[in-house]
Amino acid sequence: MNIFVLLKQVPDTETKIRLTGDSSGIETSDIKWIVSPYDEFAIEEGLKTKEAQGGTVTVLTAGPDRCVDALRTALAMGADNAMHVKTDGDTLDTFQVGKALAAVLKQNNPDLIFAGKQGIDDDQAAAFGYVAEFLDIPSVSVVIKVEMASDKKSLRAHREVDGGAKHIIESTLPCLVAVNKGINSPRYASLPGIMKAKKKEIKTFTLADLGVAGESARVSESAYAMPPERSAGKKIDGDAATQAKELVRLLREEAKVI
Amino acid sequence: MSDIFLVAEHKDGELKRVTLEILGELIAQGIQPEVLVVGAPDIQKLAGALGSKGAEKVVSLENPALAQYTTEGYANALFQYLSTKSPKAVVAGATPLAKDFLPRLAAKLQAGMANDCTEFNVKTSPITVRRPVYAGKTSKQVSFVTGPAVFSVRPNVLAFPADAQKTPQVEKVSADAGNVRAKIVEVQASATKKQDLTEADIIISGGRSLKSADNFKIIFDAASAIGAAVGASRAAVDAGYAPHDMQVGQTGKTVSPKLYIACGISGAIQHLAGMRTSKVIVAINKDPEAPIFSKADYGIVGDLFEVVPHLTEEFKKLRSQS
Repeated sequence: MNIFVLLKQVPDTETKIRLTGDSSGIETSDIKWIVSPYDEFAIEEGLKTKEAQGGTVTVLTAGPDRCVDALRTALAMGADNAMHVKTDGDTLDTFQVGKALAAVLKQNNPDLIFAGKQGIDDDQAAAFGYVAEFLDIPSVSVVIKVEMASDKKSLRAHREVDGGAKHIIESTLPCLVAVNKGINSPRYASLPGIMKAKKKEIKTFTLADLGVAGESARVSESAYAMPPERSAGKKIDGDAATQAKELVRLLREEAKVI
Repeated sequence: MSDIFLVAEHKDGELKRVTLEILGELIAQGIQPEVLVVGAPDIQKLAGALGSKGAEKVVSLENPALAQYTTEGYANALFQYLSTKSPKAVVAGATPLAKDFLPRLAAKLQAGMANDCTEFNVKTSPITVRRPVYAGKTSKQVSFVTGPAVFSVRPNVLAFPADAQKTPQVEKVSADAGNVRAKIVEVQASATKKQDLTEADIIISGGRSLKSADNFKIIFDAASAIGAAVGASRAAVDAGYAPHDMQVGQTGKTVSPKLYIACGISGAIQHLAGMRTSKVIVAINKDPEAPIFSKADYGIVGDLFEVVPHLTEEFKKLRSQS
């Protein structure tokens, strides 16, 4: 099977976000960059599918030069190939990213595409839908289990919906599956894997190569703002029974939330 | 005729609350949207609920193939209808369902999109929204500079509108679900009928201090006594005490209930990001130095195994009085 995994490089979840002086974005100078956690699940699902079904796993990202590190991480985990749509800075909107990724995918005819359900930087959770739509293939999002049919022409994906319910969805291939945490436990890169990954060639594209340089941004972003600081409130003293009683009184009479 | 479209969401024949929250805000901005309902079992009932909050125009997109949700069916039917109009904005609640079909609809409309908005203004040109990013560690303004604006609005952040008795005009449109290649073959209901965390008014969350999945029972007991949903910290989920759909924080759900009670949660930056917009935060923790106390409106330094059962009793007393 020709398996593709879409990934994004994002700031580590430990990052304390600071804004630039003009609030046009976040300060990126001292950020540690990682593969978006949901995309790690996508890489692992790609590798597991390859192990069961045969084929190759190609990882694909769009972003500035630094994103090569995210691709190398995926190669070290066991991906076969890596492709990079190089952009000038981190300025594409989701529409443009969708166009760029879809253009690469169209040239490569994947049978199956995995992605994380969202990047944990922008939390937009929309690129998967744009890509699937531009490729005119079905998509299933927030997936926690994938079962491949024996003829490899369709799959069943378990999708989490609200309130703990699940939809079991049957889809023809090719299909784009956006995965959620809980689908698997991503493997660590092995030392030989890391050494091998360093030498692998990464295929690069520019937006012009892909014929999408003319796609204009649909949105612009501005005016980042930090949420209001919360400050510590009342401490409730006494034994457990007193504390519970006083808390309920305060929630009812003072905060008026119960 | 409105060029602002609100996609209503319904489940088991009832409207989702967030649909009415958005409707109320649009009307407050002086906009009477066209409300689109896809595959409704009983359109008159839903139109009645929409009218009770001021909707004047409801369009029902109908086809037997739309009775059950499919990503492609919803996107196709909505696009088919919207492509006969000139939409300036298409809005929906930021629910698991809308977040699934909305990106595909935006792509069909050649539009940009913004998910999980907490503020929006459809009167400005361009239309602007604000949405939290980095799990709420910060937020940004998004302006729709080219083409229609497609966005979803987070439940629970807008006020629930007051009653405004209207009888909406209902237009029934025969819709086409189009080519659907991914279909639901089975629905597995949750063992317990759980409230979704993102829509809950009250959330009680447990952390690693619970020490086991069995011990989460005391959190569930307290939650059922006050009608709350149950959440968990990443540490508790990773330790296997709770499933991932209960996780609150950066690799889980971002929530903004009226009341958030954190039990045995220290307050890692990723967790705080996911619940900091709750109106009232309560922390119960043995460690007086736990960072969660610096964000909590009410703090109880104590053993959750002692405090929470007492809290359950107090909740029960309160319920029996009211």
